[in-house]
Amino acid sequence: MQHPPIEGRRPARERRRRTSRGLAAAAAVTMLSGVLAACSASADSGKPTLIWYINPDAGGQDKVAENCSTDDYTISTQVLPQDANQQRIQLARRLAAEDPEIDIMSIDPPFTAEFANAGYLAELPQELQNKLKEQSFEGATTAATWDDQLVVAPFWSNTQVLWYRKSFVEKAGIDMSKPVTWDQIIDAAADNGGKVAVQANKYEGYVVWINSLIAGAGGEIATDTDKGVDLTLELDSEAGTKAAGVIAKLAGSAAAPADLSVAQEGQAGGTFGSAQGAFLANWTYIWTNYDESQPEVKKDIGYARYPQTVEGEESHPPYGGIGVGVSAYSDHVDEAMKAIECITSPENQGVNAELTGNMPASAEGYDYQPLAKIYPADLLQLFQDSLDAAAPRTVTPYWSDISGGIQSTWHPPSAVNSKTPQESQDFIEDVLKGGRLL
Amino acid sequence: MSTVAKPPMAAGTKPSAKVVVTDRARAENRLGLRLVLPAVVVMLVVTAWPMLRALYLSMYRYRLTTPDDREFVGFSNYATVLTDSLFWRDTWNTLLIMVVTVAVELVIGFAFAMVMHRIVFARGAMRTSILIPYGIITVVSAFAWQFAFSLNNGFVNAWFAWLPWISSDTNWFGSHWPAMFAIMVSEIWKTTPFMALLLLAGLSQVSEDMIEAAKVDGATWWQRLRKVILPNMRAAIMVAVLFRALDAFRIFDNIFVMTRGAQDTESSSFLTYRQVIEQMQLGLGSALSVLLFLTVLLLAWLIVRLFRVDLAQARGEG
Repeated sequence: MQHPPIEGRRPARERRRRTSRGLAAAAAVTMLSGVLAACSASADSGKPTLIWYINPDAGGQDKVAENCSTDDYTISTQVLPQDANQQRIQLARRLAAEDPEIDIMSIDPPFTAEFANAGYLAELPQELQNKLKEQSFEGATTAATWDDQLVVAPFWSNTQVLWYRKSFVEKAGIDMSKPVTWDQIIDAAADNGGKVAVQANKYEGYVVWINSLIAGAGGEIATDTDKGVDLTLELDSEAGTKAAGVIAKLAGSAAAPADLSVAQEGQAGGTFGSAQGAFLANWTYIWTNYDESQPEVKKDIGYARYPQTVEGEESHPPYGGIGVGVSAYSDHVDEAMKAIECITSPENQGVNAELTGNMPASAEGYDYQPLAKIYPADLLQLFQDSLDAAAPRTVTPYWSDISGGIQSTWHPPSAVNSKTPQESQDFIEDVLKGGRLL
Repeated sequence: MSTVAKPPMAAGTKPSAKVVVTDRARAENRLGLRLVLPAVVVMLVVTAWPMLRALYLSMYRYRLTTPDDREFVGFSNYATVLTDSLFWRDTWNTLLIMVVTVAVELVIGFAFAMVMHRIVFARGAMRTSILIPYGIITVVSAFAWQFAFSLNNGFVNAWFAWLPWISSDTNWFGSHWPAMFAIMVSEIWKTTPFMALLLLAGLSQVSEDMIEAAKVDGATWWQRLRKVILPNMRAAIMVAVLFRALDAFRIFDNIFVMTRGAQDTESSSFLTYRQVIEQMQLGLGSALSVLLFLTVLLLAWLIVRLFRVDLAQARGEG
């Protein structure tokens, strides 16, 4: 029970209550006006801030944003989620709502075509397109092109090489100076108690591997991409069967890491760094990955060209990277075009590569001096050769459906068999026509 | 408004024959209606509008990234969903998770409730410690359990390696049943305290006198539990089961964090999320949302029927 308040105290309490209420209101008004003032101040100064949505990295893009801020505009960065698919979702939903707060975006190759096709990307001036085409690697240009137009500016290009432990290769007696096949490294690892680490979790990285395996057998996941949903799927082919053969062989062999079906880049790197580490197919960043944590592993790392799917046939390593695009709904499209020209200049590509290990999208970018201190010359050459031969994923607005369909039918790796390519092709065809749930 | 209008003749003639509605009561009634009106409007805007919108969108083939290809397709999205094996597999997964977790939680939760009810020593500390898991955000608990079951840095493999089917390289998320087990364990760990809390409320409503009387009559502990305590807690059990079952049916976070739906561990909510958010298939996804909503409604109705308790009574209004 509450006792009635003592009469004499009431006014004092009331007063206090009133005072504190007044104070709270005053504080709120002050804060609000402060916020408003801040807003109007930035609007009044006339110097626009370009907001660049970046994928998370070790500070490379922040540095480049600083380098490219001028007297006319400042570039500030906002970090997108780690997962590429989540990056796509966040950007696409905001762009579909015509959000003017996005000016510049770092876009992953698999959804570049989707964004361009949906009209989310501002058209790059022809002059800039020509300049970029001239400086960039061919794979980078292919991945950035939709409907004969370069729709994003290639910023960095990544590729995978075959990393191996020198001590293991020596023990197993394999000659790594010649091109190797997946069959060879799986057998060698299985016979000598080593593991072949790859990315085979149910995610985009697994499709990257599958795409490279198919390309290595002379195939392609899909063609006729200009026909939209009526594109031609080529999974059910000899190349598809060969790719399935490699995956089934690894999954069923002693060379498969225990966490194969959940392994992404990090887990694969962990397996490679462990006592069982033998071979690893992974991106360029692996060279600096163990510098701090496991220097003894760093000393033991060797590298070779990505393994062949079919003996004697050139391998086509995965292509990854980032293209920088300008939002069609930005209020500062002209400034943003100037900004991306600066961001993707070979020098800034080098600056970014030095800080993040994400290699340049142009040969000229590789000339950036500090890179030679971090990477041996033959490794830099291997990266460039690999990029030249790299197989970008099929450029189509429907890539997320195709990729999702492949993930549904090819995962887990231990369930892949010679029927998988045909099953996945039928499934994806149904999905594209809206007859199946993905 | 019709509810407050009164026939003018009746007012003066026969006031005693009916329930007397004074002017004051009428004014209060009117004021009450005015006071709830903003809330009702807000509810309509934030709840009814999205629901109707989802119903409307579910009639279209509509993809967010190709808005120009939007096409009216009637109920064909529903036909696609209902004839798809993926939908039924996910519904089965969801039902399985719901039944297993709610059953286990009911048993453990009841034991916890008994402990919280009867304990004399360190009562506050015990009650608090039982409730801790419920205070942890689901995503955080899912990550914690993912690490626990992880092949690389988890403790489950190390602690339970003495069991014949667990070894140091057991990949819990590598196949269907172990992954489902891990998901259910995290769900049970997280929400059992909630169940226990609701059951504790029911337990404290059971009159001590009745239990005392049963004791005097020579009833054993088991008989007292079955014949006295449980029947008197029926309303509380119903509320607990209803809340938890509906919650469990909408399971999403654990699966999103732990497997991302791999190894066929997807739930109905996760499927809906993937269609709407990931695939940006607003039409198909809306059809799924509508079906999910109807299923939840059906479940609620079934559970209320099953326990034959009316909600008003459970709220102490009966």
